[in-house]
Amino acid sequence: MKNIFVYCELTEEHRIADVSLELLSKGKKLADKLNVDLEAVVLGVQLDNAFEQLRSFGVSTIHYADDKQLFPYKTLTHAKLVQALFEKEQPEIVLFGATSVGRDLAPRIASALRCGLTADCTNLVIGNHVDERKNQNYENLLYQIRPAFGGNIIATIINPETRPQMATVREGVMKLEPQAVKNNPVKKKIDVSLLKPMDEVVKILHRHIEPPKVNLKAAQIMVAGGYGMGSKENFQILYELADLLGAEVGGTRAAVDAGFCGHERQIGQTGVTVRPKLYIACGISGAVQHRAGMDQSSKIISINTSIHAPINAIADYVVVGDVMKVIPKMMQSYKKQIK
Amino acid sequence: MKMKIVVLAKQVPDTRNVGKDAMKEDGTVNRGVLPAIFNPDDLNALELALTIKDKLKDVEITVITMGPTRAADIIREAIYRGADKGYLLTDRKFAGSDTLATSYALSKAVEKIKPDLVVCGLQAIDGDTAQVGPQIAEKLRLPQVTYVEKLESVDNKQMLLTRRLERGVETVSVPFPALITVHSSAAPCRPKHAKRMLKYKHAHTTTELQEQHRDYTDMFKEKPYLHIEEWNTEAVGADEKHLGLGGSPTKVKEIESVVLVQKESKRFTEKDQDIDQLMKELLETRVIG
Repeated sequence: MKNIFVYCELTEEHRIADVSLELLSKGKKLADKLNVDLEAVVLGVQLDNAFEQLRSFGVSTIHYADDKQLFPYKTLTHAKLVQALFEKEQPEIVLFGATSVGRDLAPRIASALRCGLTADCTNLVIGNHVDERKNQNYENLLYQIRPAFGGNIIATIINPETRPQMATVREGVMKLEPQAVKNNPVKKKIDVSLLKPMDEVVKILHRHIEPPKVNLKAAQIMVAGGYGMGSKENFQILYELADLLGAEVGGTRAAVDAGFCGHERQIGQTGVTVRPKLYIACGISGAVQHRAGMDQSSKIISINTSIHAPINAIADYVVVGDVMKVIPKMMQSYKKQIK
Repeated sequence: MKMKIVVLAKQVPDTRNVGKDAMKEDGTVNRGVLPAIFNPDDLNALELALTIKDKLKDVEITVITMGPTRAADIIREAIYRGADKGYLLTDRKFAGSDTLATSYALSKAVEKIKPDLVVCGLQAIDGDTAQVGPQIAEKLRLPQVTYVEKLESVDNKQMLLTRRLERGVETVSVPFPALITVHSSAAPCRPKHAKRMLKYKHAHTTTELQEQHRDYTDMFKEKPYLHIEEWNTEAVGADEKHLGLGGSPTKVKEIESVVLVQKESKRFTEKDQDIDQLMKELLETRVIG
């Protein structure tokens, strides 16, 4: 009762997805703060690796079901079991990855339980709330913090009355921090006899899943382009610079929407969060949603024609100029100096 | 038997053009000051519904949008592009609804039509939550298929759909009735049809005509297809306590403007010697190389 639950997603390789491990890391901190336990939910098949992984995150109990109806993920089977589990266990807080699984499942559960759900949080904090109109104090609520509408504001969302308090978080937003000491969580089996044929009406006929192509999170150096790059052709120069420096290429949402690069390269609140050693922002103005995905980079270079671009305020180096002139010069200068 | 499809579409502020007065003090969006557009994913959703109509012929597509009076634009635009009719779900009592309260109101409206299929965009650009579709599916006890990229085939009993996932694609079959949400990578919507624009450009809600002080009774009698019907809380049989701020479990505690603390930054121009200096410093501090 009153514990924190993390819905743990399984990858194709039957391991727990990074985003879920990140949420367990954050969930452990929130649980310690509230002095409650952290519990994990895992539904799928071949769970041995997952169980082993979960030993490193301070989980007290693993609720699991090992059944072929549960892998690959299907909405209705997972929703039914997770809903029943939450009705029984009455969690205080539940966290889901903001993935195609979490974003499919969490709203269905929230609707069934009539509880609040906040999407794409960039921070989660425990805090109090006073409702002056009702003259009521609420202690130890989950502050669900996210950039909101338009980007120049950060909203703190709370669910004063309903439980569980639910949130989704994108991959990379929370840090993956295993505990120093492993433990042996209690394993509780979920009863799959609840599942009925009607939960199987959506049938998966074919899946084609590829290994991840780009791993932005692992890159030490990130070359990122914004709408200011102007075109897909101009964007190519970023790949040249990245090849030279051993970097990865990312883009802002505006650049992705404009078709300059693919979705898998999007950095920001609704994309990937990165923390490289060096972030080279090219033609990026720096909306708060983008900054949320990169402002923890160790060093930031901004290349922009405008000296007033918001991103310049968080940059260590600001180059005021045309990216299409600056980048070739950077490459030339680099080649010259490493000789 | 005629198949009934409901497309749920939203009028959204064009978040690409956001000014300073975009938020009201209670933390909700001040839609009045922003240009309003057809939510992009909802156009993909409409196209998918139209594709089903192309294939099965005997299909009626109804668009439902929830919003203020001016959201009737969405109904007209959808009809210009090929939808058969539309309803505007509008009531002051909806103001301040979060995704749960919104999905409740919309589910009550959808129930009135009893469609075989509900098609929504995956998400709206003003919130990016992707929550309303699955929440409506749950309330209507419908199976859901999210992230739909392509309609592979359809007959009167079921559809084959391809979903776009992070690392690939998945093809599923789903029987009717069902709810699906359509990804932005799905086929773009066909353009507005000139003949339909001529026929329906005077389609209005009663409120719109009242605001223009026009007499509409004769016109609606003669040409009922020009009447965009408005539905309020009572019309869809919704319970007020599940609507608006009061029916929303999530509350905005506070809104903070982002104040950027200026970092001590080094400035360079695009001159050769400046760029050399920058690269030299990066190499010397081992940030690169």
